[in-house]
Amino acid sequence: MAERLAPAAPWRNRRVLFGGFVLLALILLALAAPLIAPHDPLEQDLLISFEPPFWRDGADPAFLLGTDSLGRDILSRLIYGARVALTVALVAATLAGLLGTALGLLAGYYRGAVDAVISRLVDVWMSFPPVLLSVVLAAVVGAGLKAVILAIIFVDWTRFCRIVRAEVLVQREQDYVAAAVTIGLGRARVLVSEILPNLMPILLVLLSLEMGIAVIVEAILSFVGLSVASDAPTWGGLIGEGRLYINQAWWMMALPMLCIILTVLGFNALGDGLRETLDPVLRR
Amino acid sequence: MSLAYLIRRLLMAVPTLLGIAIVVFVLLRVVPGDPIAMMIPPGAHEQDIDRLRAFYGLDRPILVQLLYWFADLLQGRFGSSISLRQPVLELILGRFPATLELALAALALATTLGILLGVAAVYWRGRWPEAVVDALSGLAMAIPDFLWGLLFILGLGVLLPVLPISGRLDPRLETDFRTEFYLVESVARGEFALAGSVLAHLVAPAVALALPLTAALARILKSALNDAMSQDYILMARARGFGKARIIWRDALRNALVPTVTVSGVQFTFLIGGTVLIERIFSYPGIGNLAIGAVIDRDLPLIQGVVLTFAVLFIAVNLLIDMTYVLLNPRVRHG
Amino acid sequence: MSALLEIENLHLELAGGALPVLRGVSLTLAAGSVLGLVGESGAGKTMVGKTVLGLQPERARISDGAIRFAGRDVAHLGAAERRALLGRAMALIPQDPMSALNPVMRVERQMTDVIRFHLGLGRGAARRRALELLAAVHIREPERVLRQYPHELSGGMRQRVLIAIAFACRPQLIVADEPTTALDVTVQRQILRLVKELQSTAGTALLFITHDLGVVAKICDRVAVMHAGRILEAAGVAEVFARPRHDYTRALFAATPRYDRPGETLVPVPPDLTERLLAEAAAYDAARRRHA
Repeated sequence: MAERLAPAAPWRNRRVLFGGFVLLALILLALAAPLIAPHDPLEQDLLISFEPPFWRDGADPAFLLGTDSLGRDILSRLIYGARVALTVALVAATLAGLLGTALGLLAGYYRGAVDAVISRLVDVWMSFPPVLLSVVLAAVVGAGLKAVILAIIFVDWTRFCRIVRAEVLVQREQDYVAAAVTIGLGRARVLVSEILPNLMPILLVLLSLEMGIAVIVEAILSFVGLSVASDAPTWGGLIGEGRLYINQAWWMMALPMLCIILTVLGFNALGDGLRETLDPVLRR
Repeated sequence: MSLAYLIRRLLMAVPTLLGIAIVVFVLLRVVPGDPIAMMIPPGAHEQDIDRLRAFYGLDRPILVQLLYWFADLLQGRFGSSISLRQPVLELILGRFPATLELALAALALATTLGILLGVAAVYWRGRWPEAVVDALSGLAMAIPDFLWGLLFILGLGVLLPVLPISGRLDPRLETDFRTEFYLVESVARGEFALAGSVLAHLVAPAVALALPLTAALARILKSALNDAMSQDYILMARARGFGKARIIWRDALRNALVPTVTVSGVQFTFLIGGTVLIERIFSYPGIGNLAIGAVIDRDLPLIQGVVLTFAVLFIAVNLLIDMTYVLLNPRVRHG
Repeated sequence: MSALLEIENLHLELAGGALPVLRGVSLTLAAGSVLGLVGESGAGKTMVGKTVLGLQPERARISDGAIRFAGRDVAHLGAAERRALLGRAMALIPQDPMSALNPVMRVERQMTDVIRFHLGLGRGAARRRALELLAAVHIREPERVLRQYPHELSGGMRQRVLIAIAFACRPQLIVADEPTTALDVTVQRQILRLVKELQSTAGTALLFITHDLGVVAKICDRVAVMHAGRILEAAGVAEVFARPRHDYTRALFAATPRYDRPGETLVPVPPDLTERLLAEAAAYDAARRRHA
């Protein structure tokens, strides 16, 4: 019974294509890492440390992108780093989205005291400096992927909550909601089966953008040294390591940065592209 | 703008600050991860750990700790840093001027450049400068400030070393600063070589910090300016013979700045938060760097002190933004 | 007496010719006289005014005809030349005083800006002139008004300020685009009287755009009647009011409420008349296209 308006061919939008491609490539890399990566990312061999990448003289074709200070293959470490990035992006963004959306739905639909409490909470929450908050959180919760994901959820749910709440406020005035209520559908039913589907476009956009943010936050935390256990490769951690040897082997820092930039640009493009194509639906 | 309004805003800030302080305080003690255990080398005696815990008051119930902490705060005692073994207040006050100089430099850069780019995009509307501004701002906004910082370090550190990428000034220069405001003091004392070094060290971190805000400002201002330019009073300005450049600058800009300030307000606070990482990346000795160090070392008193400081800064910035809005918009001034 | 403003066979179109706005408009305005331009909304009256000033929308194109101001072609002026004329030799009194003043600038600055720009006066001299102008538009406490922002003034006062700005550089021609339409009825009459007074004192030519024949009667010397971008009738006010020649003019009279004849029934413009006129316009367009 919900008024589902058809999206306008998002798969033809240039940005969506680019972003979608990035996402798929990331998923592929992450899933097939053990098959694709030429070496074990943790395998050290101090005899072959600082091998140059393929575009420089004296490069070893076995190590396309060179090796780091402990002789570990950079390409393999980058590929495995994609795993962490993707995991964090998908899990953290989805969970943050779930939490924020749930609270936003409640606040926007039931109004009253519920709305007052949630809105105030969001206001205070958003007045915290996000970087500092996530850093402090990750520090106190301890190291590990779980901590990073928790930190992201903890900080970013407010983003979803605010926007979802605003949308719900608009939607609840629409005719189809009134129609559903007159038929006798309970308020919770109306919320979940009528209003929520109409929020899907905007949720998709937010999710895409949030994935980009999650990748960045993970990179920040692992750069600072607060993410997963030290050995497991993460892009941020690789940047941190590369920073130390920037004069001898600048590519150690540049390559993971490139990965992050491409990924973030991809997610942003996906989000922006989706917003473009789904906008006529959003703008009522 | 009345004094009463200002006082009211300041008073409203107090409970927020209190809330933040309490939340951080409790969080630090509730979640798993024993700071004391992290400080002590492995294999230490149980009694030593207990003694240390008692010394920092971490063995008492949380509520009691909270009360003691408040009592200390009111007497101006912010505790002592566990990792650096100095009073927290001293540490923060010592590093604060450095961050202030950096933040203000970035702010000045961002507002000037952002406004210029926004105006340029409107003046050359429909032509290539507008497209360039759009593309550049899109790029600058997508890439977070810490990545820009790292890019600069790559570029300036390795590829084209024209600017320094660490510290506040050349370690070889002789200095006897009386304040921590290196830039201001060196200019005031006429020691321009010194000032030059300080300035050179500010460039890379300040630009990295400023880029996302610049991009946001340019975009938002461009949109607001285009709105303003379609208004009747702009037609009247044209009917009086004023040229396009003059109209944009003198008639439309003031009007466009009003919504720009509101919408971009939050971006300014991101700049403050950005100092944390940027200072770390550029080894710049400000409170941002201090904050990261404190977190990594699980230095509770220092973390609390730094978080409170940032919270105060945030509130101050928000207040300034509101004041700027009122200054720009005469309709709000008279109630 | 050669005309100050001559509009000859003016054709204005939008959308690359698909949408004609002005269909061969010809008007003359003698120096120091007042020409009323009447018609319903959408007749194109405002477009005539804006095109004379060169302020028509960018997408609109002058496809034929000429506009001469003091013998000089002003339809196709360079930007710099036009800027020298606007505000100085020609000025505009807008329809909506609410939105025509810059909300973030005080009245003084909005007035002295144009005075200093065209007359090159210093700040003190410009301020004095602004005060003179405010007095001329019968604003009490001009000193206080100078310091105020537009939102602190009433609609009538804002319009007085706009009128003052229009007359500031003693222009030869002023286009008044329905300046009383957005005002309260009581204020309308005051403003009309004010405009007439200033116009006759300064000897300014006035192109007065309005949909209200009552207004025309009060201040115009000549009147032109417009419909669908065409001039249907143009003559002296006395003549048109006594012996209207075109059916449409007669219909307009019948539709205008007259306060001195309160018992009269109002007759709206008959739809078949409107249809006939629109058909004539379409035929005109077709004939033009054939000859193009």
